[in-house]
Amino acid sequence: MADRAQQIRPLTLAGIAVAALLVAVSAGALLVVAANARGGAGLSASDFAALRFTILQALVSAALSSLLAIPVARALARRQFWCRRALILLLGAPFILPVIVAVLGLLAVFGRAGLISTLIAPLGLGPINIYGFQGVVLAHVFFNLPLATRLILQGWGAIPAEHFALAASLNMRAPDVARQLERPMLRAVLPGIFATVFLLSVASFAVVLALGGGPRATTLELAIYQAFRFDFDLSKAALLALMQLTLGLIAAYFAWRFASPAGFGAGLDRPVRRWDCQSRLQRSTDSLVLLAVTVFLVLPMAMIFLRGAAAVFELPPTVYFAAIRSLFVAVGSAFLAMLLALPLAILVVRLEGTHTRRAGLLEAAGYLSLATSPMVIGTGLFIVIFPLFDPARVALPLTALVNALMSLPFVLRIIIPPIRDTEADYGALAASLDLTGAAHFRRVLWPRIRRSAGYAAGLAAALSMGDLGVVALFADPDAATLPLMMYRLMAAYKMEAASGAGVMLVALSLGLFWIFDRGGRAYV
Amino acid sequence: MFELDRLEITQEGFSLTADWSVAKGQKIAIIGPSGGGKTTLLSAIAGFVAPACGDILLDGVSMSKLAPGKRPVSLLFQSHNLFPHLSVFQNVGLGLRADLKLSPPQQDAVHVALAEVGLKEKAAQKPANLSGGQAQRAALARVLLRKKPLLLLDEPFAALGPALKVEMLDLVDKIVARTGSTLLMVTHDPADAKRITDLTVLVDGGVAQRPVATDALFANPPAALSRYLGT
Repeated sequence: MADRAQQIRPLTLAGIAVAALLVAVSAGALLVVAANARGGAGLSASDFAALRFTILQALVSAALSSLLAIPVARALARRQFWCRRALILLLGAPFILPVIVAVLGLLAVFGRAGLISTLIAPLGLGPINIYGFQGVVLAHVFFNLPLATRLILQGWGAIPAEHFALAASLNMRAPDVARQLERPMLRAVLPGIFATVFLLSVASFAVVLALGGGPRATTLELAIYQAFRFDFDLSKAALLALMQLTLGLIAAYFAWRFASPAGFGAGLDRPVRRWDCQSRLQRSTDSLVLLAVTVFLVLPMAMIFLRGAAAVFELPPTVYFAAIRSLFVAVGSAFLAMLLALPLAILVVRLEGTHTRRAGLLEAAGYLSLATSPMVIGTGLFIVIFPLFDPARVALPLTALVNALMSLPFVLRIIIPPIRDTEADYGALAASLDLTGAAHFRRVLWPRIRRSAGYAAGLAAALSMGDLGVVALFADPDAATLPLMMYRLMAAYKMEAASGAGVMLVALSLGLFWIFDRGGRAYV
Repeated sequence: MFELDRLEITQEGFSLTADWSVAKGQKIAIIGPSGGGKTTLLSAIAGFVAPACGDILLDGVSMSKLAPGKRPVSLLFQSHNLFPHLSVFQNVGLGLRADLKLSPPQQDAVHVALAEVGLKEKAAQKPANLSGGQAQRAALARVLLRKKPLLLLDEPFAALGPALKVEMLDLVDKIVARTGSTLLMVTHDPADAKRITDLTVLVDGGVAQRPVATDALFANPPAALSRYLGT
């Protein structure tokens, strides 16, 4: 192995180049931003309010998502029912659901003119107000409760079935099982899940853009956007970006420190046989919990489809053009993400055996974008590009690039394990046959990882398709992507058209995901 | 001449030395307790483990600096000898060209090799459709094509039943007779050693001892070997 590592091969160089690029973008954004942040004079009370609000909403979102996920995961872990698989699949859906569509769906249920307000109006109650703190937290729980549930469910799946059998033969009751088996597992997985949701809520932009705002519900990300878009105060934007970056790095450190399992698939497929929880009360509690979470996830989506399905065919042409632009951005972003991820992942796996530290640092470079939020990178890129030419002209390629960087952590988490397995199982055989370079990639590595790669590219495409982030920073009105177009329709209270655009957006996101995922599985 | 020149392999909490040579075309069994370093010795010869000092030479030429794929070595593991996504034909074809761009004569050669090991009908199959014995036969067909001067076997038949194992050993014997390769075979069964090898190396106590005649060794085992054999 030592001999192999010493040769400098094209792929190794490419991997190093990718890592360097990632560090350059993140560190470059940081430096440029820092250079532009002149003193603390630019920070007003409202900016500190934004910091406070960012932390508070992220804490509450993380706490609610993690805690509410426990009963849901427990019910899924110990019950076998006919649509169990479908429900677990549903829990994966919010991940690729465009944020702005989900927000519109939540508005349709919880908004002033939404389902619940309408239902309670005859009782002399309501209407309920979704805008502000409660709306932001609600949307973050909508997105992160399913993620937390899947992660906790994996924890449950990791408890050996023999332990539950042993517990039963020792005549342990449900509380004993909880104390001996389940609580230790939860103590191990919950900190990582909490930190992950906190991090995602800190970096969240579209939710706050649509449901927050105003002096009492503005996050740092939104404040950066506003400093740009409305005041064009680069110095202030830079200061806010520094605060956001610090917060992101702290949250990312804790998420990494309590690293939780990846949450993609494995170990979710079968419930463990249990003997300690068959009472009628436990059964009905579990049913109720599962029913509630299903309604919570499905109802907003169903409302969008009810309102928007008809409108899809009556959308103005501008929406269709936006859709085409979005498709280009999404496909480009997916390929870019794979182009960055593959050399980096291969290099990380190759170094793991001999240079553990270096491999860890390289992998960390891929996760940098989790800490540096889209707005921070966007701010940095804007400051660099602005003196050279009009940022609006490169809005779409920039969006594709930033989206690729944002999906990189997920792509890496999906493709590194199969590359690692292939190296472990067939690395020696390939080496002894002198299978290297392109032939090795084409004949050995790619066939073993293409399923995962297709899945990862699908995720990257769907994430990019639905992303409403940097594009809001850069794009001029004539070059909007579909999510941005949809947001503008919402802001103009054209809810019918917005729903139609939402249906189209969901269809395109899922369609892209399906095509890439399918491509990875296709028989060749 | 195949030569291990004052070879020393050190890994965490473990070291192995070897200092001997054999004539080309010899068939050598490597026997000894588990964890003694039999596989490590093969890994060093194949180039997966870098020795701490000493040299590995074939006909006076050192191979210690060569990458695994550039060494004059064919290697069979206990499992994972075939890529599961390639057909049997492609797996064997890799022995001729790593990028599988096979000329018509090369394709014929693959078919001949497959026929040689009795897998003519299985060329288009995926390894998943082969039995354990058939999979190792396919790997042996590749060995036959590669014609490397050294053949290293790391207990590739340990999981097979007794009759099948004998059949495979005889096939190995036939292949080495054809390619003229020097055979180094790790085994824990004296019967394997006696069946096809001339010499046996006992690996014990951190030393791969000088090869001695297999029959004589087992007829009159030294203390270390008796302990291992339980006789």
